[in-house]
Amino acid sequence: MQTKLFSLFALTFACASAAATDSPVLGKEDLLWLNRVTYGADDATITQFRALGRKKFLDVQLRANDEQLPTPIRQRIDAMSIARVDLAKTIEDFAERRKEIKADGKDAMSAEQKKEYVREGADLVRQAINRELLRAVYSPDQLKEQMVWFWLNQFNVFARKGAEPWLVSDYAEHAIRPHAMGKFRDLVMATLTHPAMLVYLDNVRNAKDHANENYARELMELQTLGVDAGYTQKDVQELARILTGVSVEFVPRNVRPGRFAPEPLGKTGAAFFPARHDFGNKTLLGQSIRGSGFKEVEEAVDLLVKQPQCARFVSRRMAEYFVADQPPKELVDAMAHTFERSGGDITDTLRTMFESKAFDASLGNKFKDPMHFVVSALRYAYNGSTRMDTDVAVNWLNTQGEVPFGHQSPDGYPLTESGWASSGQMSGRFEIARAIGAGRADQVDANTKQTPPELAGSLFVKTMLPHLSQNSLTALEQAKSPVEWNTYLLSSPEFNYR
Amino acid sequence: MNRRNFLINAAALPALGCAGKLFAAPATSPRFLFVFLRGGYDCANMLIPYSSDFYYESRPKIAIAKPDPNNATGALALDANWALAPVLRPTIGSMYAAKQVAFVPFAGTEDLSRSHFETQDNIELGLPPQQHGFNSGFLARLSGVLQGKAKPISFTDALPLSFHGGGDIANLSLRNLGKSGFDDRQTAILSDMYKGTRLQPAVSSGLQLRAEVAQEFSAEMQKANRGAINARGFAAQTYKLAELMRDRYRLGFVDVGGWDTHVNEGGAQGQLANNLDGLGQGLQTFAQTLGDEWRNTVVVVVSEFGRTFRENGNQGTDHGHGSVHWVLGGSIGGGRIVGEQVAVKQDTLLQNRDYPVLNNYRATLAGVFSRLWALKQEQLAQVFPATSARDLRLV
Repeated sequence: MQTKLFSLFALTFACASAAATDSPVLGKEDLLWLNRVTYGADDATITQFRALGRKKFLDVQLRANDEQLPTPIRQRIDAMSIARVDLAKTIEDFAERRKEIKADGKDAMSAEQKKEYVREGADLVRQAINRELLRAVYSPDQLKEQMVWFWLNQFNVFARKGAEPWLVSDYAEHAIRPHAMGKFRDLVMATLTHPAMLVYLDNVRNAKDHANENYARELMELQTLGVDAGYTQKDVQELARILTGVSVEFVPRNVRPGRFAPEPLGKTGAAFFPARHDFGNKTLLGQSIRGSGFKEVEEAVDLLVKQPQCARFVSRRMAEYFVADQPPKELVDAMAHTFERSGGDITDTLRTMFESKAFDASLGNKFKDPMHFVVSALRYAYNGSTRMDTDVAVNWLNTQGEVPFGHQSPDGYPLTESGWASSGQMSGRFEIARAIGAGRADQVDANTKQTPPELAGSLFVKTMLPHLSQNSLTALEQAKSPVEWNTYLLSSPEFNYR
Repeated sequence: MNRRNFLINAAALPALGCAGKLFAAPATSPRFLFVFLRGGYDCANMLIPYSSDFYYESRPKIAIAKPDPNNATGALALDANWALAPVLRPTIGSMYAAKQVAFVPFAGTEDLSRSHFETQDNIELGLPPQQHGFNSGFLARLSGVLQGKAKPISFTDALPLSFHGGGDIANLSLRNLGKSGFDDRQTAILSDMYKGTRLQPAVSSGLQLRAEVAQEFSAEMQKANRGAINARGFAAQTYKLAELMRDRYRLGFVDVGGWDTHVNEGGAQGQLANNLDGLGQGLQTFAQTLGDEWRNTVVVVVSEFGRTFRENGNQGTDHGHGSVHWVLGGSIGGGRIVGEQVAVKQDTLLQNRDYPVLNNYRATLAGVFSRLWALKQEQLAQVFPATSARDLRLV
C-alpha cells in the first residue's frame, strides 16, 4: 500500500518537474512579489494574478473593500459567539456581575464562579484568535489581512489581563479592522476610545491627581512618534493629564446627570468622565492645549499624527514589516512624504512602498515570522479547501510564540528576523512543516482521516519549482514519501523567505 | 552516558560536521541555571516561619507543624525562625546541611500588579520599573556580556522572554525528547538546503541538537526504565537537562509550572507538597548528575510572587507579593537564610496581606553574576540597568 501510494506520488512529482522545464507559469520576480503582497500565493491567487497583472492586482489589494470569504468559512465565523457580542452590553453585564457578587456579601468570586469565568474568557479569546487566523488564510483581501495583523501588533493589547478576554475580539473587529487601510488618525482614535486599549495600558486608572502615565507614554513611544522623536518626560506627563477621565465604566456609580455625567465615546462602553478629568491647561510638544474636556484629546491626537516624526515612524514600521529589517532611508523618506501629504493615509503610503524600487530590490529576502510561515503553509496545504482546523494551527503559533493577542508588553512582536530564527525555532518550524505536510490541520470526523495535502500537483508548486535553488531541488528529489516531500518544500529557504 | 560516549555518538553523525565546536567552553568556567516557578509558589509553606504565632493563626487549615522530633510531618528546623517543608527533608534538607542551599526570603520585584503574566514578564525583562526598552531579556543580555564564555540554552518549548533579543540562542523542549525530530538522513537533507544561507548555523545547530539529544535520551530512557533514575516528572527532566548543562551548555533556563494553588493547597502533604517534592528531587538529580562540576555550578530558583500570608476560604492562597528565592550550588556558602529580613507578624505584612519585598531579585542576581564571572560594573549595568548589585557572599 505504502509503495503504491508513493509511486503514484513520485509520478506526480515527475510531472511537476517536467512541467518545470516548460515556460514558467510566472517569472521569479512576479512570484516573489506575489508572495510579499499576499500571505502566500495559492492556486487561486496565481490565477488571478495572471489575469490582472501586477498593477491591477495591487489595485484590488489596496482597495480591499469587500471581504469575500468562502461561504463555509463565513459560516464558521458567523457561528462564533463573538460575532454577536455587543460590547457596551458586555460591560454592563460585567458591572452587574460585580454587583451581584458584592450583594452576596463577599468581596470576591467563589472558586466555582472563578473557574467558570476563566473558562468563558479563554473560550472568547480562542474564538478571537481563530477568527483572525481563518481570515488570514482564506480572505482574498490578503494585503488588508496583513495590515490588520500589523496594526493589532502596533496597537498591541494582551488577552490575559483583567477584562481583556471580553474585549479583544471587538477591538480587532471594530477598532482595528475598519481602519486598517484608512486614515492613521482614525486608527489612533478608534484604539484610544476602545476599552481594550484603556484597560491594557491602564488609562482606566488615569484620573486627575492620580495620573497614570502608562498609556500616554506608549501612545507616543510605540504607537505614533517612536522613542527617539524628541518628546520629553514633561510631554508624557502632559499627555497623561490630557487623557485623564478617558475610561470605561465597569462598576456603575450613581452619577447624577448634568455637568459631570460620563459622555459615551462611541458604542464601545468607553466614556469620558469629566469628574475624573484634569481641566487645567496643558502644553504638549510646545503647543498649548486649553483645558476643555475630551476635545483636548482630539487636539492632542491631531498634533501627534501631524508630526513629521509620526510620518517617519509609522512609515518605517510598515517598511520593516513589508520590506526589510533595515529598510533603506530613501524608501522611508518617500513613504513619510506620502503619509504627510495624504493626511496620514495608510493605503497611499502602502502604494508608495509597493511601487518603489527598494521594494522590488528586497524581494525574497525578508524572513517569514511564524504568522507568515504558518499562514502561508496553510494556504498551500489547503489551497482553497475549507477543511482546516484552526485550533491545531493556533497551537503551532503558540509553540512558535506568536499567537494573536498573546504579547504581554506593548511593543508587540518583533518584526525582524532575529526574533524568530533561533536554532530551536528553526527546528520547531521544520516540525510544523512536517505536521502541515502530513495533514495534521485537517478537520476530521468519524468517517474521514487526515491525509497529506497533494502539494506536488498544485499550480503553485508548478510555479515555484523552476525558481527553487539546486539545494532545495536536491532535497525534494531525496524525499521518500509525500509527507517528506511536503516537509522539505515547506522547510526550504525559498518558502521561509518572502 | 559519559562524556566519552557522547563524543562518539556526536562523531557518528558525519553529515553535521561541526559537532566538536559544542565543547569549546573551558572546563573550569562556571555554570548558571535559572529555574522559574511559574504560577507564584507559596513560599510560606516551603520555608516555614515557625517561630511566628501569626503564621499558625493565619493558616488554621494548611499550616505545617513546628519542628518536632516525634512528628514526621513537622517541619525541618533550619535556624531559630525558619524551617523547611518536611517533604523536602531528604532532598533539599540534606543539601542544605551540606551548605549547598541558601534561601533568600522577602525576595521579589517592585511589581505590585499581582498579575502572573505581567510580573513574570517583568522579571524576565529584568528592567527597573518605568524603564523601557523591550525585546530583550536579562539572560540574553548576560549571554551577550559573557561573549561566548557561557553557551546559553533554554529548556523550554519556545524561547522565553529571558532569552529574547540575544541572537541565536538554542531552545530545546524537554517534553518530546524521546520522539525524534527527524532521523539522520532527514536532518542532513534539511541542513543541506540551508547551505550557504545566513540561517545555516541556526538550522544546523538546531537540527543537530534535536537529533543528538533524541538519540541520547532514547538510550537514557531505557536505562531509566531499569530503575537507574527517578522517572517522575521534573526529576526525570532535570536529568536530561543536567547532562546537557554538564557537557555543553553553561547558561540555562528552565521553567516549572503548577504552583497557582488557590484551592486545596495542602500542608505537609497535598498539592504544594507534591510539587515541592518533584522540584526537590529534580534539583538533587541535577546536582548529582553534574558530579564534580556541581562545584562550578549555581542554580537560582525564582517565582513571580509569593502568595497571601493568610489562607483563603478554599484552603488555598491567593496572589501575593514577596517570595522566597533559592540559591543552590556545590560550593556556595549555603546552609544559611540570607538577605534582609523582618519578623513575620501582622504589622510587617505588605498591605496587611503579603510578605514585603526587601531583597530585589535583580540586585541579588547581579551579585551572584558579578562573583561568578567577575563582571565589571558596566557589564552588570548592561544586564540589569540601574541596579546596584547586592553581594550575599554565596558564590
